[in-house]
Amino acid sequence: MKFLVYIAIALVITAVLYIARILELSAALRGEKQWVVNKRDTKLNARLMLIYFFAFMAFVAWQFYEYVPLMLPVAASDIGAEIDWLMNVNMVLIMIIFVLTNAVLFYFAYKYAQSDERKARFYPDNHKLELLWTVVPGIVLAVIIVFGISTWTKITTMPEKDYILIELYPKQFDWTARYAGDDNKLGHAEYKKITDLNPLGVDSVDQASWDDFLIRNEFHIPKGKTVLFQFRSRDVIHSAYFPHFRQQMNCVPGMNTSLYFAATITTDSMRMITGNKEYNYILLCNKICGASHYAMQMNIIVDEPADYEKWYNEKKNTTIFAMTKPVEQAPKEEKPMVTDSTKTDTTNHSGEKKPN
Amino acid sequence: MSMENHGHHDHHEAHHDHHEHHEESFITKYVFSQDHKMIARQFLITATVMAVIGMLMSIIFRLQLAWPGEKFGFINWMLGDKWGKDGILDSNMYLALVTIHGTIMVFFLLTGGLSGTFSNLLIPYQIGARDMASGFMNMLSYWFFFVSSFILVASCYVEDGPASSGWTVYPPLSALPQAMPGSGLGTTLWLVSMTLFVVSALLGGLNYIITVLNLRTEGMSMRRLPLTIWAFLVTAVLGLLSFPVLVGAVVLLIMDRSLGTSFYLSDIYIGGQALHYTGGSPVLYQHLFWFLGHPEVYIIILPALGIASEVIAVNSRKPIFGYKAMVGSILTIGFLSFIVWGHHMFVTGMNPFLGSIFVFTTLLIAIPSAVKAFNYITTLWQGNIRFTPGMLFAIGLVSTFVSGGVTGIILADSTLDIPLHDTYFVVAHFHIVMGLSAVLGMFAGVYHWFPKMFLRMMNKKLGYLHFWLTFVCAYGVFFPQHFLGLAGVPRRYYTNTEFPLFDNLGDMNVMITWFAIVGALAQVLFLFNFFYSIFRGDRAPDNPWNSNTLEWTNGVGHNHGNWIGKLPVVHRWAYDYSKPGKEHDFVPQTVPLEDGEKDGGVTDDHH
Repeated sequence: MKFLVYIAIALVITAVLYIARILELSAALRGEKQWVVNKRDTKLNARLMLIYFFAFMAFVAWQFYEYVPLMLPVAASDIGAEIDWLMNVNMVLIMIIFVLTNAVLFYFAYKYAQSDERKARFYPDNHKLELLWTVVPGIVLAVIIVFGISTWTKITTMPEKDYILIELYPKQFDWTARYAGDDNKLGHAEYKKITDLNPLGVDSVDQASWDDFLIRNEFHIPKGKTVLFQFRSRDVIHSAYFPHFRQQMNCVPGMNTSLYFAATITTDSMRMITGNKEYNYILLCNKICGASHYAMQMNIIVDEPADYEKWYNEKKNTTIFAMTKPVEQAPKEEKPMVTDSTKTDTTNHSGEKKPN
Repeated sequence: MSMENHGHHDHHEAHHDHHEHHEESFITKYVFSQDHKMIARQFLITATVMAVIGMLMSIIFRLQLAWPGEKFGFINWMLGDKWGKDGILDSNMYLALVTIHGTIMVFFLLTGGLSGTFSNLLIPYQIGARDMASGFMNMLSYWFFFVSSFILVASCYVEDGPASSGWTVYPPLSALPQAMPGSGLGTTLWLVSMTLFVVSALLGGLNYIITVLNLRTEGMSMRRLPLTIWAFLVTAVLGLLSFPVLVGAVVLLIMDRSLGTSFYLSDIYIGGQALHYTGGSPVLYQHLFWFLGHPEVYIIILPALGIASEVIAVNSRKPIFGYKAMVGSILTIGFLSFIVWGHHMFVTGMNPFLGSIFVFTTLLIAIPSAVKAFNYITTLWQGNIRFTPGMLFAIGLVSTFVSGGVTGIILADSTLDIPLHDTYFVVAHFHIVMGLSAVLGMFAGVYHWFPKMFLRMMNKKLGYLHFWLTFVCAYGVFFPQHFLGLAGVPRRYYTNTEFPLFDNLGDMNVMITWFAIVGALAQVLFLFNFFYSIFRGDRAPDNPWNSNTLEWTNGVGHNHGNWIGKLPVVHRWAYDYSKPGKEHDFVPQTVPLEDGEKDGGVTDDHH
């Protein structure tokens, strides 16, 4: 293998050198300058411009045909559906610009190739034309900006109530999910309290932490219910990327960030849609974080609400939280879900850094 | 082909500068040269070496992406065992490769190489100056560039490998050797190299600005400047205003790394212990970095666009369409480039309202960019296009600038950026709009001004072959990457085979890698043509492209002081191609206006 590669490379280089030399000698024999563009060159390159355009477009069309079925399946969240709609509108728009502009470019290059029979037209400017292609892109962009920013504002405004709160805690190179438990409040946590037995540094003094429980490898969320994810990070920046739900947020040490979405398609339904019985939603790390960055992921299972309840209750009772949990004191009653959890808070919804 | 040489019209009454007779030693002529032409060539050749290194790195990581786990013995042979046992690339070294590839291409090829070569070569030539304002600073600029290149390459050979945290070297990853091996000595060297690089960029940039503003020859008003010079001038201003911020960011990072400060670090538990850092913000680094980083992409693309303006006008035998609009859009792009950096940070947890401001400012840039693209295309319209290799590359640039530009509309939209951020869609976007466009522009410049640099001509046929292979492979490599991104593949992944989601994309990666390999081999054609032509190419005539600009008026040869005798006097703008009523289809800037003739593309039938 090794030698074959060396030999192949050497052969290619030698071949290239020989071809170059032959070209040079043959040109010298014909008494041509090796740099003056002659009619043959003009014709060749003009045709290649046209051929290139069609080949390029065919290549692009082939890719659409071949690759679109390999793209992510339909968005599995409420936010994702909105993003996909906007994405499709923008994609159609830019494809039109892309095809038309390239078409005109290559066509002009072909059409106006050098000829002795005409002279180039002295055409230094045309203010109307320039105004046109300043104003038209301006208007199109204004529309894009309005749609974009209004959707952006909507999806970055965190829900005030009726959500399930889950912390996703990354470190090199895995994720841990911390469910807020029945009080839907995450207990205070900080990096100084991290031990082997308390990998998230949860503060056991904070009552809100008493019903929190940790999940690894695969976590569940219910369909049709908004889930608010909160992020810290233990070591370096990671990014919580949910490709199927079209959501993403960086996890930054020393900061609290968050995102939310409501899943709209259960894992089972998605397996039907994709025709793949083992298809899984996945949470990826999407900010370079070290040697095993590429392997840092976690499965997400979207259940019907009843199935989720079942799973949740099972986990709640069987998962042993690292903290010494005074079971008899654990709050049992249903509480209204509130945003602000504790004085020391991990729930900073604006996503900005809290002043220290 | 040869035409009257207007630069020499006062030859006999010329007084000669005393230093023109001064014999230079080998050291002062070829090594520590203060001559802008020699410095341009030094920049070009150094950047070529760096580009070859950067390109080879990309081939190695493309091999890994196409055939993960496959053994490629040459990796050990070339780079040593730390890069991977038995020829299987190590995952840390994969990250090292993408980091150093990015650093080399962005800074050393397309900033130092592109501006260093063409600003140096063309500013004094095209404005009619004897040299840069300060030849000494110019020399320092090159040597700082050289030393910083050397340090960067040397950093690949330190024990734990070079910086590996991505070309943006975000802390905390880049600040903590516990987080990855490359964040030890490798990153220290990266930071030192970058600081020296900025010194080089500032010395060069100051020189370019001062030279353009002060040393224009008689008659060369700002309104008559070729667009190349406008582009280089604005580029230099951008660099001067943004590079110091990078140094600031780098110095704070060095302090966090070495002196225990907490500018960027807080609340970190790593390697079994809680670190002392508190109160810092990694996002602060990102703000500082991208305050440079975004103007940086225009520092890369503007010179390429300037080169394209000149090459397209000359070879279409037409004035550049909308000269004033072109200058206006260069200035607008330059200004806007300072207030858009946040679009790199939509998902960092930055305040969403701030995000929407950056959406607005970023999308505004599409307007002057569209004006430029449409103006290039209109310049071709009803032209008489001569397909020199330089012209082909310039046309290629317009195509990639459009194709890559339109995906910028998607990524600038924070909503749409969320699912695509840090995926291969971004990789495709910036490689096409900035990487390819700038590289194609640089090639256009090399083919076009090779006669000014080396006094000989490059071979056109090799040039054609080089262009078409490069252009086919360029889109072949980067267009499919949009689809990878839309499939959700994150960038900087050592392999996509760790979990089943991306299993069906393997073929795509193999195809991309084949395009990359063929594209890289095509560059061998260029290197051969380049070095061969330096020594054996046809001798260049005075003005091979029948061009109007001043650099073609000083005769063949490299004179210290550029023009023997008096400096040329400029009477008109640079774009009188195919002007009605003229004998030739070009009128050099040194030809006086006729009675009643108007300058700047104003014709009688026009108003």
